[in-house]
Amino acid sequence: MAFAAPKETFSGKVFEVIIGTDKTAVFGGENVLSFHAFEGNVPHRPVIAYEVQDIVPDDWPETVKKVYDSVSGDPVTWAKYCQDTLNAKAIALRLLSTHPDRENRSPEDAAKTVKDVLAAINVPLIILGSNHAEKDSSVLVAVSEAAKDKNCIIGKAQEGNYKTIAAAAMANNHKLIAMSELDINLSKQLNILITQMGFDKEKLITDPMCSALGYGLEYTYSVMERIRLAALTQNDATMQPPMLADVGMYVWKIKETQASDAELPLWGSLAERGITWEAVTAASLLMSGAELLIMRHPEAVKAVEKFIDELM
Amino acid sequence: MLIIGEKLSIIAKRVRESMMKRDKGPIQEIATRQWKEGSGMIDANIGPAEDGGEELMQWMVTTIQEVVPLPICLDTTNYNAIEAGLKVHNNEWGRPLINSTSNDPERFPILELAAKYNSQIIGLTVGKGGLPADAEERAAIAAEIMARAMEYGVPLEDIYLDPLVLQIATSQDHAVKVIDSIKMFQEMNEPPMKTVVGLSNISNGCPKHIRPILNKYYFIMLMNAGLTAAIADAHEMAEAMREKKLVDDVLAGKTIDDPQKMAEITKTLDVIMGKTLYAHSYLEM
Repeated sequence: MAFAAPKETFSGKVFEVIIGTDKTAVFGGENVLSFHAFEGNVPHRPVIAYEVQDIVPDDWPETVKKVYDSVSGDPVTWAKYCQDTLNAKAIALRLLSTHPDRENRSPEDAAKTVKDVLAAINVPLIILGSNHAEKDSSVLVAVSEAAKDKNCIIGKAQEGNYKTIAAAAMANNHKLIAMSELDINLSKQLNILITQMGFDKEKLITDPMCSALGYGLEYTYSVMERIRLAALTQNDATMQPPMLADVGMYVWKIKETQASDAELPLWGSLAERGITWEAVTAASLLMSGAELLIMRHPEAVKAVEKFIDELM
Repeated sequence: MLIIGEKLSIIAKRVRESMMKRDKGPIQEIATRQWKEGSGMIDANIGPAEDGGEELMQWMVTTIQEVVPLPICLDTTNYNAIEAGLKVHNNEWGRPLINSTSNDPERFPILELAAKYNSQIIGLTVGKGGLPADAEERAAIAAEIMARAMEYGVPLEDIYLDPLVLQIATSQDHAVKVIDSIKMFQEMNEPPMKTVVGLSNISNGCPKHIRPILNKYYFIMLMNAGLTAAIADAHEMAEAMREKKLVDDVLAGKTIDDPQKMAEITKTLDVIMGKTLYAHSYLEM
């Protein structure tokens, strides 16, 4: 008798999310665990967005900073470079300059940057605040309006500021990232609270909080995996939005991506090490269920795209 | 079912202040209410009580037993405070219960007290390192506690095994594991081992309005699994007993008349059984 591989099928399905207006990107939509196309339907590849900042990335390690040396002085040039030269499928613009401890730039300044970037690119835009809960609640409102009807992703709404941000994203037709801190029950709770405001659950993206390999990756992995299982096995609609892994910012601040060859000769070449670290962290989180990644180094992105090619 | 009235804990501000000031009024008022609402024993939780624990426990035991004809559950990790409490305990109202020994070597000597004063004792199924992962691990620890109790001369009939209820808001999978443990513990001896839980920990960290709901329906699930005793609020448990038939009907797949009650019970049982993921707003979904 011929061998028939056992198949696991589920009652639930991840929501499909489309972003952008001119060139669009689509992710989610699967009714199986990551890359399990042999058990069901995996209609879309995960999407990798390139991270761009509105401030010169002085705190990035040399390996990744030097890639953008000629463009990183201006977010518009930087975004265009990612789109035109690196073939980015989406751009993630992080408005770090608005952070009170950085340049504390105004919501109006941020809105202008967003408008300029949007005018220069045709791929979808993810607009991120500085992750300062209080400041983000004014910055993200202003940029939501500036990007009205451009079908962007706005992020990140957290427990302390979700009301204003979700209202602005809703009023201006954007998708929204809901971030909680590595706790599946709080992640579900935040999604409930946001949808109770009338925000469409199919426009949400869950960010359970990323972490780098060696720095708590297994916690993120486990929370993501359990969120996905709740979506599929329990058909839990509050857990069916696709998930984000904000990889770059967690990877490029750890020792392994910064310590020089001379300092730690046994760890191998610093350049390779950093790129590999970002690629491995990203690939792991794809396995645990992420559909949207934000990354920094083009070589790491290439490696992850190749990994996806092999699994799709 | 033995309800061990839980409201006299040093964690509660009003109780702590009364303990510190040796103000009998509030302590006796709470104990009396727990008794009138159906407690068969009163828990006196004085915490670790490192300074003056002996005198405090004696004051608690005598203060409660002055007005309430019930035995006391002596709830502290302080060996000397337990012994002091046992010395003044009025056994006319029933035998005391020590809370607790465990599989932590530091807690072994507490078994001596149970033997010496002919007291009952709770065996908390945790060891020195970390929490038990599942029902099987809890049962393995229970077996060690039982073997040690026999060495110390404590009859197995005097032991209440406690699987340690964890918070559903952070350890949802343990809700079912505790129910399974209650079933397994009973099979470990003939006659079956007695069991107890610190019930309200299930809803610790949950919004205030859903705490009694989780407490009540979890209590009924544990009761159906054969639980002997619960450290709980007697008032809530009396309500649970009145609603037990409704819960049993829902468990049997029947529809009950009150649709709101039906939804509340169904959603809560689903969360307890791990069929839906817990969130603070689970009842609103």
